[in-house]
Amino acid sequence: MRWISPVLAVVAAVAFSAQAAPPALAGRFAVVLDAAHGGDDTGGHLASGQFEKAFTLAFAVRLRSLLAARGIQVALTRDSDVTLAPGRRAELANHARAQACLSLHASEAGSGVHLFVSDMAPTPAARLLPWKTAQSAWVTRSLALAGTLNSALGHAGVSVLLDRIALPGIDSMTCPAVAVEIAPQRDLNRNTAGLDNADYQAKVADALAAALLEWRSEQRQP
Amino acid sequence: MIPRYQKVLFVLLFLASLAMGIELWRMRDRAHQELLAGEVSAPTSAPQVAPAVQATLFVASDAENTLIPEVESLPLPTDPSARARVILGKLLDLYSTPDSSHPAPGGAASVAHVFLLPASGPRDSQHADALLAVVDLTGAFAAGHPSGLETEALTIQSICATLHANLPRVTEVEFLVDGAQRPTLAGHADLTRTYLAASTVPTPEGATP
Repeated sequence: MRWISPVLAVVAAVAFSAQAAPPALAGRFAVVLDAAHGGDDTGGHLASGQFEKAFTLAFAVRLRSLLAARGIQVALTRDSDVTLAPGRRAELANHARAQACLSLHASEAGSGVHLFVSDMAPTPAARLLPWKTAQSAWVTRSLALAGTLNSALGHAGVSVLLDRIALPGIDSMTCPAVAVEIAPQRDLNRNTAGLDNADYQAKVADALAAALLEWRSEQRQP
Repeated sequence: MIPRYQKVLFVLLFLASLAMGIELWRMRDRAHQELLAGEVSAPTSAPQVAPAVQATLFVASDAENTLIPEVESLPLPTDPSARARVILGKLLDLYSTPDSSHPAPGGAASVAHVFLLPASGPRDSQHADALLAVVDLTGAFAAGHPSGLETEALTIQSICATLHANLPRVTEVEFLVDGAQRPTLAGHADLTRTYLAASTVPTPEGATP
């Protein structure tokens, strides 16, 4: 009867996976919003006293509402203060089969919004992909998504930095994926719109929603 | 008339005092020689140090999201590992200053060790003697480092680029914190992977690739 424990564990894991995963959104334009950190992983400590995990969750919920109002189906990797491993985030995003995956972060360093795409070299799409480098088959589309986000944010007057990074959650996602890090907006006159500035948050959220609408229309073009 | 035994005693005492005088003279000479020898080894002059050489540091700038090359004249040891540690120490010293373009705490003491090992990547004629640098950072540095994708990535990139610029044989870089592997620097930048050092060196235009 020694075998029964591992078997039960595997069955439980599969059942949990099926229960916790968001519904597959195949066939429709869908977006996955990954509120970074959560639970024991607090992320950075922001100037407002808030932890990064709380900011990203609140922002993800806000963006979900904006996208839902525009008819875009949205799945969140977490909608409460729970710990999620990077691999689990990628599992949830991949299960949703979304056309855009945004990993939301916040930082007091830098200025404006920082857009990061996986730094892996592009590879051709394949039926089976290595888990740790699955994003490599999607990097080209991720760069295109980052370009669309960049345009919309720039149009809204938000300064944008584009870069590449190795990020375990993103690197395993099989969707166009961009890590979005929101930092305070600092202008040349040293005026700062902090992360707790409601107008600044609204401006960024509106720009991201507009960008995803644009991305949807680009995806529908033959 | 002086008794005979007194004469003998006088001669003996005279010989003894002569012998003691000679011995005293020799002891004085010996002490003088020891004193001179001691003066030679005393640090009365500046110690001989390695000659100062030019080192290129790729200093991160949060405001511009770039690495800016800065040339510093540093006395560097000849041992490559010690050399790498001194150079990285100087880089992190710049980050610990109050007006730093990329604030991070700890300074030079944040680099506990730098180990240089044969690189595991593909070898060709150009990289036959390529090295993997394992940078062991202190836990205090990781704990105090500002959290964020951009700021952590810049720290990693600046360390990798600085190592490659000054030790061109270093083609790969890995990180440890307090001697052990750690998932991220401060919650974001991946510390479990091997970084390709050459890809982090900025292009001549000044932008990171």
